[in-house]
Amino acid sequence: MRAVWLALCLLLALVEAHAHKPSDSYLSLSVAENGITGQWDIALRDLDFAIGLDADGDGNITWGETHARHADIAAYALARLSLQADGQACRLSVPQQQVDHHTDGTYTVLMLAVQCPQVPHELTLDYRLFADLDPQHRGLLNLSAHGGTHTAVFGPESRQQTYTLKEVGASGWLSQFIDYGREGVWHIWIGFDHILFLVSLLLPAVLVWRGQRWAPAESFAASFWDVARIVTAFTVAHSITLTLATLGVVSLPSRWVESAIAASVVLAALNNVWPLVHGRRWVVAFCFGLIHGFGFASVLADLGLPQGALLLALVGFNLGVECGQLAIVAVFLPMAYTLRRHWVYRRLVLAGGSLVIAALAAVWLAERAGNLKLLPW
Amino acid sequence: MRITETLRHILLWAPLVAASAAWAAPYTPASDADILEVLPARATDPRMRELQSLRAALARNPQDMATAVRLAHRYYDEVAAEGDPRYIGYAQAALAPWWDTPAPPPEVRVMRAVLRQFNHQFDAALADLRAAVQQDPANGEAWAWQAAIHMVQADYAAARQACTHVAALATPLIAVACGASVDAATGRAEAASTTLQQALASQAQASPEEQLWALTRLAEIDERRGLFAQAEASYRRALALGLADGYLLAAYADFLLDRGRAAEVLALLKDQGRSDLLLLRLALAARASGDTRLAAWKDDLAARFDAARRRGDATHQKEESRFVLGVLGDADRALANRALELARQNYAVQREPADARVLLEAAVAAGQPEAAEPVLQWMASSHIESASLQALAARLKKGGR
Repeated sequence: MRAVWLALCLLLALVEAHAHKPSDSYLSLSVAENGITGQWDIALRDLDFAIGLDADGDGNITWGETHARHADIAAYALARLSLQADGQACRLSVPQQQVDHHTDGTYTVLMLAVQCPQVPHELTLDYRLFADLDPQHRGLLNLSAHGGTHTAVFGPESRQQTYTLKEVGASGWLSQFIDYGREGVWHIWIGFDHILFLVSLLLPAVLVWRGQRWAPAESFAASFWDVARIVTAFTVAHSITLTLATLGVVSLPSRWVESAIAASVVLAALNNVWPLVHGRRWVVAFCFGLIHGFGFASVLADLGLPQGALLLALVGFNLGVECGQLAIVAVFLPMAYTLRRHWVYRRLVLAGGSLVIAALAAVWLAERAGNLKLLPW
Repeated sequence: MRITETLRHILLWAPLVAASAAWAAPYTPASDADILEVLPARATDPRMRELQSLRAALARNPQDMATAVRLAHRYYDEVAAEGDPRYIGYAQAALAPWWDTPAPPPEVRVMRAVLRQFNHQFDAALADLRAAVQQDPANGEAWAWQAAIHMVQADYAAARQACTHVAALATPLIAVACGASVDAATGRAEAASTTLQQALASQAQASPEEQLWALTRLAEIDERRGLFAQAEASYRRALALGLADGYLLAAYADFLLDRGRAAEVLALLKDQGRSDLLLLRLALAARASGDTRLAAWKDDLAARFDAARRRGDATHQKEESRFVLGVLGDADRALANRALELARQNYAVQREPADARVLLEAAVAAGQPEAAEPVLQWMASSHIESASLQALAARLKKGGR
């Protein structure tokens, strides 16, 4: 009868019972030309369950009690972890133990010294810690080699794993860098608000404001430098805020940011029809670029940031954004320069185009500020 | 130039900071007397003594099935009382000789099912339970667990059937409560509430644990019906029984949060932060009341969800969705989308009213009504009566917040 009650009582607690944390250990190995070093964090609570650390039985594990068992802890742990370099066994030892805190308590930290017969191309790990006591225990590996890192989880179904260290390196920085770069390009191309902002600023670059009207620019060089100034200012500005936001130094609500981006497009486009700023549009590009940077940052955050390779992701993503931007400029500038003397450019493209952009961005602004859905896409 | 100096500083340190978040800095304690870890219980505690003697007995004879099942059961009791999942692994280890066998004896099967459902392997657990009652039709525990899992999967016909078997094998209060849970989810909440109240009144001699369970269910049913004073009276009666029950605390805390009584949540859950479930409620209450501890609790919860993700654990999605939406911020479109994705993944596995609510809230915040379609379908087909779900569904139809 009690069993029936128990089962039903747990009907309530059925899936809610997760709290505290299941058992994990954290193993980090780093392979370099001059050898392998490592660190292995194992929960004191788990070690107490396995070999008993609480010598006086008072329910508290002190540093003294832990310290006294360092040799036993090392022997217990090392008997349950083996490394092979290209099939040859490596020798592990623990020259030092310290302690550290994780979310569920204090861990002993085994500093690992690893001696292998050779610098490995392939590293094989066999992990059996607590396999007999707690099949839910997992070993979380963080392996770094050749500038890359690889994470893996060891458990009863995956006790032995082999890594080709060159691939760890490749999977590391270069491919990550390229991935984030590609995301950057992709984002500027699908991010119509950024493109339209840039286009709004670039449209008058092949013209000059003279006597209350737009006139064709005299030389390609003048237009080119105008564009270069604008693009550089935009880039510098959004790089600054992208960096600050990604590093968590500044954070703004995304609704506010998205609304401000839409507003920046409206203002930039209207400025082409009723110019308030004409000579120094790069200043406008810079000021509003600061806001656009926050927009890029939220995209980057959504992609997920690699621990320990934040800077790489940041630079890769930003370079991607710049490449995407330059591609747009490379198409735009020659076309605009060729067309600049034609009335179609000034009337239809500049004035008409700017008004269309302003109207579209105004709808975005209303959508984002009011959290509405007005456009079907 | 201070800005550039700061920026340079950040850029230099950023990779290190990011790395240290995952691998904080080890240190050597100053004194031998420094307490590093407080164990869940002293070795002299009677509960620990019992566990240790069972463990020793099993170590002498690992093939002793009765001892193995008893030890596993005792470990599971600890999970229920303390919410500490480490005991799940210990229980599984006790069953090691039978764990991977295709047809273990019914007692082992039931225990294996209990441990499997904890890790959300509901189908594998149900297969074990069905096989167990085939071998032993009078196994009330197996029927009760079947009812429980069918409720989570929103399979009310199967749950009702399991409850009829439970009724023949359990105490009157349990029998009534099992059926009332199903009734309350299928459009008969008022009758379920009345029946439960009558059973509680006539079964005053029932054990405190049984009463706690029945009262919690009653409170939830009345809360869903919008009878808040009545619901609160039941919650308080259940709390007055004085038993440790994380689920009850979480449910009552949610009740208080919905009523805008965050300050009471902070008092109710004082010092209960070891449990993720209760820490989530503390953080929600801190946010609602502007409590200064919010920042610390937020960081702690984020670290715990991150630790679970690193080990490949996906059983926290409901809580994480609420965390992302309710603690990190609901005015943020990117966060709302993340919360919605978590809620959606959770709803693919669990379909209780609380799961439905999380998905509805995330869909409203993200402005994606179509994502909540499965919940709306379930609400229509089950005829669930729930003031909060119906209000959310109405907001969803109006197209957002």
